[in-house]
Amino acid sequence: MAKAQISMTVNGRPAEALVEPRLLLIHFLRDELGLTGPHIGCDTTHCGACTVDLDGKSVKSCTMFAIQANGAQVRTIEGMAAADGTLHALQEGFREMHGLQCGFCTPGMIMRAWRLLQENPKPSEEEIRFGISGNLCRCTGYQNIVKAIRYAAAKLAGVPFEEAAE
Amino acid sequence: MIPGAFDYHRPSSVADAVALLARLGADARVLAGGHSLIPMMKLRLATPQHLVDLAGVSELRGVRADGANIVIGAMTTQHEVIGSDLLSAKIPILRETALQIADPQVRYCGTIGGNVANGDPGNDMPAVMMCLGATYEVRGPSGTRQIAARSYYQGTFVTALKADEIVTAIRIPAPAVGHGHAYEKLKRKIGDYATAAAAVVLTMSGGKVASCSIGLTNVADQPLWAEEAGKIVVGSSLDAATIKKAVAAAEAITDPASDTRGPAAYRTKVAGVMVARALARARQNAKA
Repeated sequence: MAKAQISMTVNGRPAEALVEPRLLLIHFLRDELGLTGPHIGCDTTHCGACTVDLDGKSVKSCTMFAIQANGAQVRTIEGMAAADGTLHALQEGFREMHGLQCGFCTPGMIMRAWRLLQENPKPSEEEIRFGISGNLCRCTGYQNIVKAIRYAAAKLAGVPFEEAAE
Repeated sequence: MIPGAFDYHRPSSVADAVALLARLGADARVLAGGHSLIPMMKLRLATPQHLVDLAGVSELRGVRADGANIVIGAMTTQHEVIGSDLLSAKIPILRETALQIADPQVRYCGTIGGNVANGDPGNDMPAVMMCLGATYEVRGPSGTRQIAARSYYQGTFVTALKADEIVTAIRIPAPAVGHGHAYEKLKRKIGDYATAAAAVVLTMSGGKVASCSIGLTNVADQPLWAEEAGKIVVGSSLDAATIKKAVAAAEAITDPASDTRGPAAYRTKVAGVMVARALARARQNAKA
């Protein structure tokens, strides 16, 4: 089985490797590039912990071969904060609103939420819940994750965040 | 989980893809969105020696009107189906159904061609295509042929498609303007296959049903077209007695497995409930 040379742009930097076609994208990111933010949770396309952004789509990198991403633009959680360490609005939202406990799902949640906010900058709570329905969290009950995403949406829109009446 | 080793091929045209399949033989599989095949490869339930990735074949993408038909390229993703203004205007049941498939990440990758072609009775689009009277356009070494959705499915992962053929497009006669439609799906959670689901497309005239077609998902080893149930409601005002008869006719053709989604008898009943709900909602959103 012939190996193949692949190249892609990951978090703005070029990445190249000679890979077996069967190498999964999540293994390429974690093992070849050392980007261990994307997590392997269920390994069966259910949990979303491995979610990364690829050419404008949120994808579960456990269910894609690295070779399918040849030539693609990929972003992982490592590419979210600014070069000076300033957190992205979503990262800040998860911190401020206690959107995580163990943190295992968080990189996938944030990458999914990032794409959701590109497509729908002012999502309703229901739209957020539907938009992150491919990401499982076993700690929080989602309440504070939804709040964190609403916080980020408000910050990115330049309007004050208002907690919904509960 | 690590899939078995394979060689990867990325043709840029349907002609090249078909030639590759002919040359590589039975050890080759077509890769579309990969969200059925890759999980099966990770479990080693599928161990193809060659993958022919259709991602680079641009002629397989896109949605267009062709006279009274709508043609959807096989590599059009569920996400693109949801976002298509043409489909939302002409065949809104497709958007409604696509939104009930899996989750957002899967819908960015999963294709409508893969969903209808692979013969998984849990997939949602096949019953909808049978309901709509769609035709699959297929290309093989000896040329192009058409297979009606209603005669495509033969059993679990068994279809009328030959190993050296590719489904290239889905051709759907656009339902009449003002038609009613609904896809009712009971599932345990987002991302799950249906316990049972029903697709209904109907037209109304003067308060009576003028035409009706019903499809059923995941209540047999293949998707079902409930022809008799559809016929029963034509001419009626969808009164309770008629709906009861149609539900009984739909239930009668089911043959579900008993599995984690419930015992067979329960799933048959759920199919009936889905038919009743889909008929009621389609009646409601029909204009006439």
